[in-house]
Amino acid sequence: MNTLIGVLKELGGLFVEDGAFALAIAAVVATAALCAFVIPRAAPASGAVLLLGCLGVLVMNVMRVPHRHSGAERSEEPGIHNHDS
Amino acid sequence: MIGSLHFGSAVTAAFLASLVEAVEALTIVLAVAMVRGWRPAGLGALAGLALLALIVVVLGPLLDRVPLHPLQLSIGILLLLFGMRWLRKAILRAAGAIAPHDEASVFAGETAELREEERRHAPYRDWLAGLASFKAVLLEGLEVVFIVIAVAAGRGMLLPVGIAALAACLIVAAIGLLVHRPLARVPENALKFAVGVMLSAFGVFWTGEGLGVAWPGADLAILAFIVLFLATAVAAVALLRAAGAAVAP
Repeated sequence: MNTLIGVLKELGGLFVEDGAFALAIAAVVATAALCAFVIPRAAPASGAVLLLGCLGVLVMNVMRVPHRHSGAERSEEPGIHNHDS
Repeated sequence: MIGSLHFGSAVTAAFLASLVEAVEALTIVLAVAMVRGWRPAGLGALAGLALLALIVVVLGPLLDRVPLHPLQLSIGILLLLFGMRWLRKAILRAAGAIAPHDEASVFAGETAELREEERRHAPYRDWLAGLASFKAVLLEGLEVVFIVIAVAAGRGMLLPVGIAALAACLIVAAIGLLVHRPLARVPENALKFAVGVMLSAFGVFWTGEGLGVAWPGADLAILAFIVLFLATAVAAVALLRAAGAAVAP
């Protein structure tokens, strides 16, 4: 049972590792979906929202990391072990 | 031309991602083999492969029954979460913000953990060793299966993309059996960087298709997304390095 729970947790970890990062991606997708479905005229813009939103989320997230770790020894992020593809 | 671009990107992404996953699974299976011998390691790995085959056989045909747009949207979102997670980590590692993944240290850690398990649960040591091997093959294999389905689904490319992934796994297994050591020299972060870029690009493309976006240039848009993600990631590494240099004493 513990092995099964461990496997399920690791499966979830394949998609969500940094909760804030995953949430930001979900927010970008939701905004793009809003553009596409709620304002049909804005459908072409939803592609741009999706692409630029994802790129922006990526840059903003990685730029936060040095501040979290500044002064500390450079190491693996907390909660992430090495079996972590 | 456009079709072959899509095909080439999908096959390359699946091959490189499978290389990475196979190297990681091999490290654990080798650690089990070194501690408890090849029998539990091999049986555990075979059981993992059998369960993976069963999952593919059962779930594969179901995919054909899912309507295309919901399939593209759900796979696209999962690809975004999965691919951008890889890319984020590869950027952080390339910039030196977090430690690089080291197969040799994973091997040493896994070996020590298995020896400790062996000491604590002596009667079940073969079972536990086999379970470790099974879990590693199953988890890394599920990632391979997901990537193959994600980049190939809905385009009739499951067979060639699956063959590319299988070829990568067989190459790694053959080298691992020959050298009996973890493949620590594989440039894993560079591979993850490349795969992260490609999967993120596929993720944006599929999610957009699922939302009904008509991408300019159709499939050619994937190439543009790859270039954009690559340029952004390289710029992020440079920015992070500069920020790290400014913080360092």
